[in-house]
Amino acid sequence: MTGTWVLLGALVATAAVALLLRRRDGRFAATGVAAPASPVDDRERVDAADLDSPLGERATLVQFSSSFCNPCRATRVLLADVVRSVPGVAHVEVDAESNLELVRRHRVLRTPTVLVLGPDGEVVQRASGVPRREQVLAALAQAVPED
Amino acid sequence: MTRPLQVDPRGLRFSAALTSVVLAAALLAPRPVALVLLAAQALVFATGASGRFDLSPYGRVFARVVRPRLGAPSELEDARAPQFAQGVGLAFTLVAVVALAAGLDVVGLVATGFALVAALLNAVVGFCLGCETYLVLRRLAPARA
Repeated sequence: MTGTWVLLGALVATAAVALLLRRRDGRFAATGVAAPASPVDDRERVDAADLDSPLGERATLVQFSSSFCNPCRATRVLLADVVRSVPGVAHVEVDAESNLELVRRHRVLRTPTVLVLGPDGEVVQRASGVPRREQVLAALAQAVPED
Repeated sequence: MTRPLQVDPRGLRFSAALTSVVLAAALLAPRPVALVLLAAQALVFATGASGRFDLSPYGRVFARVVRPRLGAPSELEDARAPQFAQGVGLAFTLVAVVALAAGLDVVGLVATGFALVAALLNAVVGFCLGCETYLVLRRLAPARA
């Protein structure tokens, strides 16, 4: 009898996790709140030295990947394509396993995780899981100051 | 440098589906049958956990019966994370076997339930819970050392 209940519980738990993943995967969320009045800007940053690669003029998409991560490939293809169509935006892929310090600093738990950096390297948006194209474009619109 | 072992991701999902069926059956079966099913599943997990995906009976069924109908895979996957995930599955089923054999039915069934959730997620939505834990653990490991 207990087995039947455990089976039902497992099915419900699986459905719940699957729905949660579907809702959350690829969704960008704003990171710290920018406080323009504050004298100290303590927002999280990633700079060119962290990445070993120059930042984009207007925004940078930092993708944390791991060698065994299948969804990372889909994300790489998508971001590379977005970068081609939006000027001033760079795409940098970081191997999570060989950059554990950066992984810890930005509390990356899953691959792919994408950070959207503003022009000064401040982390503006982040998402984990494979994003959709329109999600990336919307996140970029938030990060890039309109000119 | 040897190239890391590559596996067909569709084969992994197929194996996860068979694993789900075996684990669900173990939950419903009387204890002696459940013990046999879990022990057999532990052996299957052990083949994957030791990197011998080619020895896994589920993998063999996939290679002989399913893959010829699907054609060549569009991409292969690095075997390290699934290998780790199979190890996690092995740990849970071993706990279940020991607990059931010792008469701790609830512990055994709950451990089986956790393994079932992981297998179902992999089979149904292609999400590998064990693989996701891999980075979390890699992240923690050097900090502790």
